Amino acid sequence: MIELKVNGKPYQLDVAEDMPILWALRDVIKLTGTKFGCGAALCGACTIHLDGTPTRSCVTPVSYAQGKNITTIESIGETEVGQKLQNAWHELDVVQCGYCQSGQIMSAAALLSNNKSPSDEDIDNAMSGNVCRCGTYSRIREAIKQAAKA
Amino acid sequence: MNFKLNNPETDGVELLTDKGISRRRFLIGSAGAGAGLLVGFAVSHKLLAGVINGDEATFIPNAFIRISTSGDVTLIVSKAEMGQSVYTSLPMLIAEELEVELDKVTLEHAPADDSKYADPILGAQVTGASTSIRGAWEPLRQAGAVAREVLIAAAAKEWSVNASECYAENGVVKLTNSDRQFTYGELAEKAASMPVPEKVTLKKPEDFKLIGKPIKRLDGKEKGNGTAHYGIDVDLPDMKIATIAMTPILGGKVKKLNTPKAKAIKGVVEVIDMGDSVAVIATDMWTAKQGIAALEIEWTHDKFKPQNMEDIIAELDKASKTGSGTAKAVIARNDGDFSKAYSEASDTFEAVYQMPFLAHSPIEPMNATALVQKDRCDIWAGTQVPTIAQGHAAEITGLPASQIFVHNHQIGGAFGRRLDVDFIDQAVRIAKQVNYPVKLVWTREEDMQNDVYRPYYYDHLKAGLNDKGEPVAWHHRVTGASIMLRWIPSLVKDGLDTDAVELAQNPFYAPENILVDYVRQETNGMRPGWWRGVGATHNAFMVESFIDELAHRASVDPVTYRRNLLKHHPRALGVLELCAKKVDWGKKLPANHGLGISVFEGFGTYLAQVAEVKVEDDEVKVIRVVAAVDCGMVINPNHVVAQIEGGIVYGLTAALWGEITIENGVINQKNFDTYQLLRMNQLPNIEVHLVKSAEAPGGIGEPGTAGIAPAVTNAIYAASKKRIRELPVSKHLDAY
Repeated sequence: MIELKVNGKPYQLDVAEDMPILWALRDVIKLTGTKFGCGAALCGACTIHLDGTPTRSCVTPVSYAQGKNITTIESIGETEVGQKLQNAWHELDVVQCGYCQSGQIMSAAALLSNNKSPSDEDIDNAMSGNVCRCGTYSRIREAIKQAAKA
Repeated sequence: MNFKLNNPETDGVELLTDKGISRRRFLIGSAGAGAGLLVGFAVSHKLLAGVINGDEATFIPNAFIRISTSGDVTLIVSKAEMGQSVYTSLPMLIAEELEVELDKVTLEHAPADDSKYADPILGAQVTGASTSIRGAWEPLRQAGAVAREVLIAAAAKEWSVNASECYAENGVVKLTNSDRQFTYGELAEKAASMPVPEKVTLKKPEDFKLIGKPIKRLDGKEKGNGTAHYGIDVDLPDMKIATIAMTPILGGKVKKLNTPKAKAIKGVVEVIDMGDSVAVIATDMWTAKQGIAALEIEWTHDKFKPQNMEDIIAELDKASKTGSGTAKAVIARNDGDFSKAYSEASDTFEAVYQMPFLAHSPIEPMNATALVQKDRCDIWAGTQVPTIAQGHAAEITGLPASQIFVHNHQIGGAFGRRLDVDFIDQAVRIAKQVNYPVKLVWTREEDMQNDVYRPYYYDHLKAGLNDKGEPVAWHHRVTGASIMLRWIPSLVKDGLDTDAVELAQNPFYAPENILVDYVRQETNGMRPGWWRGVGATHNAFMVESFIDELAHRASVDPVTYRRNLLKHHPRALGVLELCAKKVDWGKKLPANHGLGISVFEGFGTYLAQVAEVKVEDDEVKVIRVVAAVDCGMVINPNHVVAQIEGGIVYGLTAALWGEITIENGVINQKNFDTYQLLRMNQLPNIEVHLVKSAEAPGGIGEPGTAGIAPAVTNAIYAASKKRIRELPVSKHLDAY
């Protein structure tokens, strides 16, 4: 049995130790806000927080998450930073297809939690692991800056 | 906000327990209780209005507007939402005339039905070719206006007044000079028995409340908090998850399959040999992937000799030179006498340009969920072509099309890929063999290696020039695979693929003597597919590269040269001038910087783009892109700008790095480490300027992608005198 704590809730899962957190979230716990894009930590769509650290859930096994707090897009809005980001995302109408945006917001939330007024370079460094095929990058950058000021 | 996008997989799905046996019963469509007004229109050239009053509990939604007696307004969207914001812009068109507040409506995906939801331009229920707004602009406003007029007439009747004394506003009909009013809900039942007006008057643009305003996306919040529902998020009772291994070379077959190791994995439910692929069904995606990895599969490929890129390019070159490939050259346009004018010209110039195979790579991999039962088949997926999926499923299952129910979803990127239904076909083929719903999800590797690829184009352009260096003779020979022959052969007349010659056939710069022809050359093992910007993306690069070369050959500034040739194209000239002005064309640039321009018309939209690049030590950086857009009447300026911004990123990614290559018949690229996508740190500064226009709206999803490659390669030439005639740029310079 794998014991996970997701968004403050405990779960006991009968899954293999090497199952990536992504599939435990999506297929077992049925939290589908975290997205599958590449399965190889190349696109960032699956980004979650493990004790606040942005983590690619598609390559991180559940065994590694035991004893840690998993935060997903479903609960990030309950944090002050998450709320500010989601408001800024809405204000600037950032999303297009929206598929990568859970991961974008999770990476942005981790950035703003550690850096209250990130420079463009800080944003580049924190966000360049998250691909947006629709090309919403300039709005993502603006939304992060707006959330930082809010 | 009261906005809710219906959850299509739970809509109409009900679980019943019958004598202890769990049985699934599907109710068709959403059934509002009680009588209501239902106004149905086909989005077609002819308005097909009808007011239907009856037992809604059994009614299948077949319209764009539904108003219940409780006042709920449901708008049905016939187009797939894949980022281009049709779930906002199409409701805006209806709501503008219907006089309802957008934040109070509920949206519903349309079912698969060409008879009601065919795109008037494409003739079928297809989301593609940037037609959504162009096609719906008139009919959806008419749909809203007719409903509004019927509601007003119902109120007028109640009050025994003339309809002209009443008006509609925010979901309420009011009586002029009084405080009397009825909500739409209060009027719904009465309106259902009213006659339908034959003619309705649409609002004048100056009276628009929504159209032209930067309304925020109706699906924006859901997409920012993880609750937006994509095909890949489908979850049904008893559902299992499958993934698939496909033949590494198209046309290959399973020769030998050993399954015991896969079947021994805990959670693997079944292994299905599909002949051309093998699917593993499991409790979850991870286990299904483990199952695939444990299979021992031997493939045969005896359909054709597996090819390498050198063979493919040699074939294209030969076809271009001889005018004979898979098929002989066909003429798309032949005005004047090219040969005579070319031979008599004071100067001539020719060049060959090449564009590589490209994958679509939306971030949501291909997926579809299917449940096949004795008398019906249900499909849950994000698709640009629900009725094609329906037709294929009917063929696979042997059921009538009327018993195939396609539940469309939010789409995590399509870019043309979801105009094909191969992954939906597979889901149905798998589901046919089991008695539970199966969600098939492709891995990224299968997705990249089994795309329908944008064809490799190998185009030869020749011009005869007058003493000013302007073209007097023009020959453009397009060589490449035919997407239309694979996808819609009925529209290919006499072998001419009109997409392959789109824009090449009608360049702004066409002299009196112009010959445009097309040599079809297919590549074994590659299915050619629609890719964002389609024919315009291909030929904007060809024509705008060539014209830039001619300008430099004439020693004329590239903007001035184009300006001189655009005299009879006022809208093209308009965007050219606006773009040049905004970028301050002609200003002194830092060392090693260069500006490049492109201008074209596609999808009814005129677009000029200027790229600024820096080229140093065989490295290139795209610093800035400025776009000037004339897309006619703007429905939502915010989303027009977003589509141009995004289109530029999509096109720039391909221009800089995009390339699918083949080795011994197998695609080399497997994931985003070998198929590079533009990232935040590589983003140029993008500015978009809109031209105010009263022309009919043009398409906006694709133009941004089409014009960027030539703007960049022309800028590289301006900065470095390196002319890139073969994309991607990264074959010649490191792009960062």
